[in-house]
Amino acid sequence: MEWFNDFWSTYSTLVFSVGVHILLALSIWLTLSCGLLSLANAAFMGIGAYVAALLTLHLEWSFGTVLLAGGVAPAAVALIIGAPVLRLSGVYLAMATLAFGEVVRITVLNLEITGGPEGLNGIPLSTEAWHIALILAVTVYGLARLRRSKVGRAFEAIKEDEIAARLMGIDVDRYKLLAFSLGAFIAGIAGALNAHFTFFISPREYGFENAVDILTMAVLGGFSNLIGPMLGATILTLLPELLRSLHDFRSLVNGAVLVLVVLFLPKGIWEPRRIRAWVQRFKGGRA
Amino acid sequence: MLEQQLLNALTLGSVYALFALGFTLVFGVLAVINLSHGAVFMVGSYAALALVTHFNAPLWMAMCGAMLASGILGLLVDMLVLKPLRAREAPHLIPMIATIGVGIMLTSAAQGLFGAEVLRFPEETLPAGEFVIGDVHVRALEIAIVMIAFVLMALLFTILKYTQLGRALRAIAESPKAASLLGINVEGLFHVTSFAAAALGGIAGVLIGLNFNAITPYMGQPMLHKGIAVIILGGMGDIRGALIGGLFLGFAEVISKAYLSSQMGDAVAFGLLFLILLVRPSGLFGRKLERKA
Repeated sequence: MEWFNDFWSTYSTLVFSVGVHILLALSIWLTLSCGLLSLANAAFMGIGAYVAALLTLHLEWSFGTVLLAGGVAPAAVALIIGAPVLRLSGVYLAMATLAFGEVVRITVLNLEITGGPEGLNGIPLSTEAWHIALILAVTVYGLARLRRSKVGRAFEAIKEDEIAARLMGIDVDRYKLLAFSLGAFIAGIAGALNAHFTFFISPREYGFENAVDILTMAVLGGFSNLIGPMLGATILTLLPELLRSLHDFRSLVNGAVLVLVVLFLPKGIWEPRRIRAWVQRFKGGRA
Repeated sequence: MLEQQLLNALTLGSVYALFALGFTLVFGVLAVINLSHGAVFMVGSYAALALVTHFNAPLWMAMCGAMLASGILGLLVDMLVLKPLRAREAPHLIPMIATIGVGIMLTSAAQGLFGAEVLRFPEETLPAGEFVIGDVHVRALEIAIVMIAFVLMALLFTILKYTQLGRALRAIAESPKAASLLGINVEGLFHVTSFAAAALGGIAGVLIGLNFNAITPYMGQPMLHKGIAVIILGGMGDIRGALIGGLFLGFAEVISKAYLSSQMGDAVAFGLLFLILLVRPSGLFGRKLERKA
């Protein structure tokens, strides 16, 4: 057990961030599964993180309720902005959500209660490994059930062809709003968890770059199923640690990964059909 | 005081317009939101700086060099990244995601090569001189920036409006397939457009770098966001809209910074953009809303 204690004291933060990033990747997977490219997830994460941290610091709510509030707050924001924003599609939606993210970041940067550019300091370290594990398990189970449910199939129909889905009697606008706010809810909880193990949060962590990072995780892993985003999030969190020696060029690798995956693996790393084909070929080669 | 602000706004606005023109040109012709345009802008200013400091090139030559360098960069992005995606007929958000990756790579490469600190043009290379008209101090540099921006924009308008090349480009903007049936070399003109757009982005980088005399690897990101705001204000793919939108953003930003708070100036631009998207997604001057799924 001694090696485990050593490992844990060095790498627990890293393991925590893998968990949080998986949650974030799943949150964007949810909106993507409904055919929406939203770049607002970093902002939703930020809203969750700030609401949770402020509740802990000023009102001393219990951790459970803080987490819940961290999810509900961005989901409420998503419900409010969702109705008008989700009328847009494609590039326009991406741009609108990007603009929304910037407005959130700049607002947080200028408010007094959020600590401005210095952010919030001294957030108690309440997050424990089992919190993340439990929330992840519940989320993955919930999403896996959702995929196979009426709602999940409606999302898929909308993603494939919005007009056809509408003609089949699917209430497209309502399902889009559901995907958007549920994604915001998950991202908010991830933000709240994150705030309670990093001790410190600042507006810099919730900008455009972070929205892109979250998107990269889903694109790298592939978003045709749930395993893809989880795999992508894990790889992209561990990669910078493995590439420490590259110093300044570290994010070069992130960019290159994004370009190469889009060019050569359009469905992401985790594409069951291709993997099955490989396995088949491997077996065939041996026989 | 107000006159001074207006001059500032005109200088900034004309460069925003120049930057956004390239951005909107690529969207109009290639139907791609090229999110590496901000990084190309940054590369342009570093290229000019390198030419001035390492090769003692005069400023005008450095500007031409920067346009060439960023143009070639844009061409490479088109040939290596966008062309394979076109060949595959990837859904149109995919090229956008790929250009995000290109932008990250360029920013990171610049940071690794030149460091994260602010670099400056040597004082003696900048055009000196200042005029006083009434209470307004006009720097020769500002006049040069506004002139260069407007000359380049006029050139682009003329080419698009009156030449065979411009007609071909407008035909592609309507429908690449129909244009290709008419015998237009669509792929070739995609390359030309990418080169020209990136060259405009690069020279905009030099002009902003000169205006503030500060160059960092991160200067592309805020500019990209402004470019997005401008082309949405003006209508995506709309050349005239980009010009008016750029000037408008310059004025809105300078005025709100002067009379509200310096930080909130940026939020005003985005708040405005957000509102426009909700109320008139086709832009202030756009025609009817096209629904592109």
